[in-house]
Amino acid sequence: MNTIKVKGVTKIYDSKTTAVDDASLTIEPNKIYGLLGRNGAGKTTLLNLMTDKIFPTEGEITIAGLNVNENDKMLASMFYMMQTDAYPLSMKVKELFKWTKKFYVHFDMDYASALAKKFQLDITKKIHELSTGYRSIFKDILALASNAEIVLFDEPVLGLDTNHRDMFYRELIKNYSQKPKTIIVSTHIIDEVADVIEEVIIINKGKIIREQSVENFLSSAYVIAGREDKVDKYLENREFIIEETIGALKIATVMESEKNKNEKLAKELNIELSNVELQKLFITITR
Amino acid sequence: MLLKFKDDKPVYIQLAESIEDDILREIFQEDTKIISTTEISVKLKINPATALKGITILVDEGIAYKKRGVGMFVSKGAKNKIMTKRKNSFYESFIQPILGEAEKLEISKEEIIEMIKGGKDSEHN
Repeated sequence: MNTIKVKGVTKIYDSKTTAVDDASLTIEPNKIYGLLGRNGAGKTTLLNLMTDKIFPTEGEITIAGLNVNENDKMLASMFYMMQTDAYPLSMKVKELFKWTKKFYVHFDMDYASALAKKFQLDITKKIHELSTGYRSIFKDILALASNAEIVLFDEPVLGLDTNHRDMFYRELIKNYSQKPKTIIVSTHIIDEVADVIEEVIIINKGKIIREQSVENFLSSAYVIAGREDKVDKYLENREFIIEETIGALKIATVMESEKNKNEKLAKELNIELSNVELQKLFITITR
Repeated sequence: MLLKFKDDKPVYIQLAESIEDDILREIFQEDTKIISTTEISVKLKINPATALKGITILVDEGIAYKKRGVGMFVSKGAKNKIMTKRKNSFYESFIQPILGEAEKLEISKEEIIEMIKGGKDSEHN
């Protein structure tokens, strides 16, 4: 199977900027991954490395056991939806559909046309005539219709309005349900993708800080709120991050498994316990 | 089926519970088809693995069953099964929170009983 392995990969630009720092990852086939990170965290660099657009300074990346730079066959079954426009801007959308078919033999022309209609993308327009949102939609359609075994999206909803974002994620799920494939969605708009992804990869300042299922990630912490002195008492000998202090009220995220929460003690101290959301926990650990 | 998830429980559990609610209300009737996991995931915008996990809970509890190549169906006796299960957890899910809140407000058990009785009476008025 087409497992992607990133082994101790570092990317240093101009021998001074470390964009990716000793990253190791395993991307299992046929799952939807969310690659989450703040702006400049190294998301795009990591995707560029996985797709052999750039070379690692150190480490290696393999797909199905073969190094990406000697694995032309595998690269052809990967589709990378990039943020940058890698297409001739003076070409028309419909011409680019045909052009893509040449490189990706399994590209589904009918599906691409149907999607264009659905998103009201005018296929007679030239790329440079499209708005930012429609450029993203155009590239999303190419990726969805590519029928590649591995599809990587770099900020697929950039510039899309709420309706189109909603449509995109539904289409992505439908596409995946009908033909399971490996999907990596890199985004910094986390709320909308939280229920769509199965696995989460969090990159912060070039380092992979989390790589686990969404479910495990969400149960790896919980939130407490109560009177300051009592919250402090609960936090004794626990790993935590203070979220907020509002007057005498203190809110903290406790960095331990939900299973270890002490409900009895919380009750005695009049402390409220609650679960974390993906976006909130993300913000907490990447501050 | 609910269209918005809360954060207090994992999504797959909320999904299973909401389908149970729909069975209780006979929106999904016994021996009829429940919408497929694909439809569920697309409609609710959730990962298909999550949807499957929710459905699996129902299958494991004998509330739903799979017909190969056709889809998911509501089991015979599913409604009764859900009612029995929910009755067993009624104290924990509904009475305990009431008692907890009442304690904070210093409302006695007798007062609560009076309220329940009153509530019943007012329904007839």
